[in-house]
Amino acid sequence: MNSANNPFAKLARDGLWANNPGLVQLLGLCPLLATSNNVVNGFTLGMATLLVLLLSNSIVSLLRPLVRPEIRIPIYVMVIAALVTVVELLMNAYFNALYNILGIFLPIITTNCIIIGRAEAYAARNPLRLAAFDGLMMGLGFTLVLVALGAIRELLAQGTLGEGLDLLLGESFKGVHLTLIPEYHGLLLAALPPGAFIGLGLLIAGKNWIDARYRPRAAVVAPAPAAA
Amino acid sequence: MSADLRPVLRSSQVLGLIAVVVAALLGGIYMLTVDRIRAAENERLLLQLRDVLPQGSFDNDIAADRIEVTAAALDGERPVVVYRARRDRQPVAAVLTVTAADGYSGPIRLLVGIGSDGRITGVRVAAHRETPGLGDRIDSRRSDWILGFDGRSLHDPSGKGWGVKKDGGVFDQFAGATITPRAVVKAVHRSLEYFEQNRDALFAVAPGGSSP
Repeated sequence: MNSANNPFAKLARDGLWANNPGLVQLLGLCPLLATSNNVVNGFTLGMATLLVLLLSNSIVSLLRPLVRPEIRIPIYVMVIAALVTVVELLMNAYFNALYNILGIFLPIITTNCIIIGRAEAYAARNPLRLAAFDGLMMGLGFTLVLVALGAIRELLAQGTLGEGLDLLLGESFKGVHLTLIPEYHGLLLAALPPGAFIGLGLLIAGKNWIDARYRPRAAVVAPAPAAA
Repeated sequence: MSADLRPVLRSSQVLGLIAVVVAALLGGIYMLTVDRIRAAENERLLLQLRDVLPQGSFDNDIAADRIEVTAAALDGERPVVVYRARRDRQPVAAVLTVTAADGYSGPIRLLVGIGSDGRITGVRVAAHRETPGLGDRIDSRRSDWILGFDGRSLHDPSGKGWGVKKDGGVFDQFAGATITPRAVVKAVHRSLEYFEQNRDALFAVAPGGSSP
């Protein structure tokens, strides 16, 4: 009940669940579907997106007093493109193997609608603390969906979870992953693009099912929307 | 100056200022990471090359000891980079970065290591887009199939033996995927033929290359 009074709680709820970028807003589907073939890839792209979103929201919020409405779009584009390039350079330098796996999906974070969407819809109208927190929560929500979808697909296609962890954490983690289904020949469909669509569809259905199940109780509390 | 121009000027200044700041930031990050990126790319290449060469068989800077050849017998118009492994300046092996253009879904990039005696020291897939679970068994992370080339040469097997079993050769195909292994076998065979005909030219020290 407090969520209306506490903006941070509302932002967290929106980003992680009620207005989740992957499950509700359905923004950034191209990278979401393409890089969710295993947990490590999904997590990495999620983190890269989170970092860009956090920084772009913060910078856009800080620039509010300077930016007139007519020039806001070119400025957002410059800020976002620069941030993505910075993340790309850093990943190329420090996580080279992962950088090569993610390939084109790292630079096209630039075109991920979540980022300019949040800049325009939220960060441009709110103070730094709120904008940064919104970026963090939206990024986390996106990462959660990527990891969940990656886990489902990796499990169905290979019977493992977390393969390739060494690419993220260093050589000492080589071969560290859970094999949940040994001697498994794999469901090819899950690894292919259709598997990504079906998996995301099931996740969205699951979220809607949970929402529907708990709606009756919430509806009593929430005021009915005024008739138009 | 008329008053209504002022907001336009101010906007332009802001836009220009931000562009300059952004450009400076990018330049700075680039300068900070350029060496590390080059080192990481080099390291990646070395790891790949070591996979197709016998361990400790060479002592030269193989990543730098490279030539480009263009031959119809290899990839046609596309230049093929060849890395040369040497020990005490004597040729040990050459690694040909050939492409099998006839893969099932797009080109398959291969590293073919061939010892100076004409025997294969190793073959690895550097990049491919073959079907996961079917054609991707050419990848050494998925199956040991590609190790079946080790020690082979142009005359072992001879003649028609250089093909998949379905075509009367000695190499296995995969259940449900013949096109992919066929493309790889053909590309490796092409590399061996080219190597035999151009062995001396491949190991020749290019002018301006490593010291004689």
